[in-house]
Amino acid sequence: MQVHIKYFASIREALGRSGEAWETDAGTLGALRAALVARDAAPEHPLAEGRAVRMAMNQLMCEEDAALTPGCEVAFFPPVTGG
Amino acid sequence: MAGPRVRVQHGAFDIGQEIADLQAGDPRVGAVCTFLGTVRDRNAPGDANAASVQSLELEHYPGMTEKSIEAMIDEAHQRFDIFGARVVHRIGVLAPTEQVVLVVVTSAHRGESFQACEFLMDYLKTQAPFWKKEQTPQGAHWVDARVSDDAALARWGIEAHNA
Repeated sequence: MQVHIKYFASIREALGRSGEAWETDAGTLGALRAALVARDAAPEHPLAEGRAVRMAMNQLMCEEDAALTPGCEVAFFPPVTGG
Repeated sequence: MAGPRVRVQHGAFDIGQEIADLQAGDPRVGAVCTFLGTVRDRNAPGDANAASVQSLELEHYPGMTEKSIEAMIDEAHQRFDIFGARVVHRIGVLAPTEQVVLVVVTSAHRGESFQACEFLMDYLKTQAPFWKKEQTPQGAHWVDARVSDDAALARWGIEAHNA
């Protein structure tokens, strides 16, 4: 399925892009995250396991076990610091 | 109540106007509580006595920001006996002393407004998708989330795993 991915703040800067559409067979947000890390094979990947990454699907905060749906909007970002 | 409950904008806001819009001449209102957040010139804990922040840049997630704050205001209405609430948050580059965020709440008596105002700020700090980047003489860096903000939300019985 295709998913629309957005990156924000330090993660956007580290990846050098604000988003992308990607065809994936990942079933969950966590699997998608791991697949992106494996695809880029970059050292110090901002989405690597152990990094502080927060996630949203269809603009709601979600955990790694959230199931992806076709065409969904996914976002990866660092802990929020507004207010 | 005139105007939307949530606004994200570059420009400054007029607190008097925001209060008037939210109060909207409603004679039931006996309390208006506001919180105004402004840009500090220092941030890191070890930095308490040294001015180091030259400017603050705020980024957000358009769409999700508004939705998440709308949901927070719905939750505030569930929890507290309030008439209205409004949140205005700025984005872009801001200088020390400038306004960042405004929360306004109206109610019949002060207790509910005070509580709802604090609840909304605690919620916003850990759940609304904004990010701050500080410009300092040593360069720019993204601000770290604080565990104390997660703890502040926990006081309301909501578990946060932001920081």
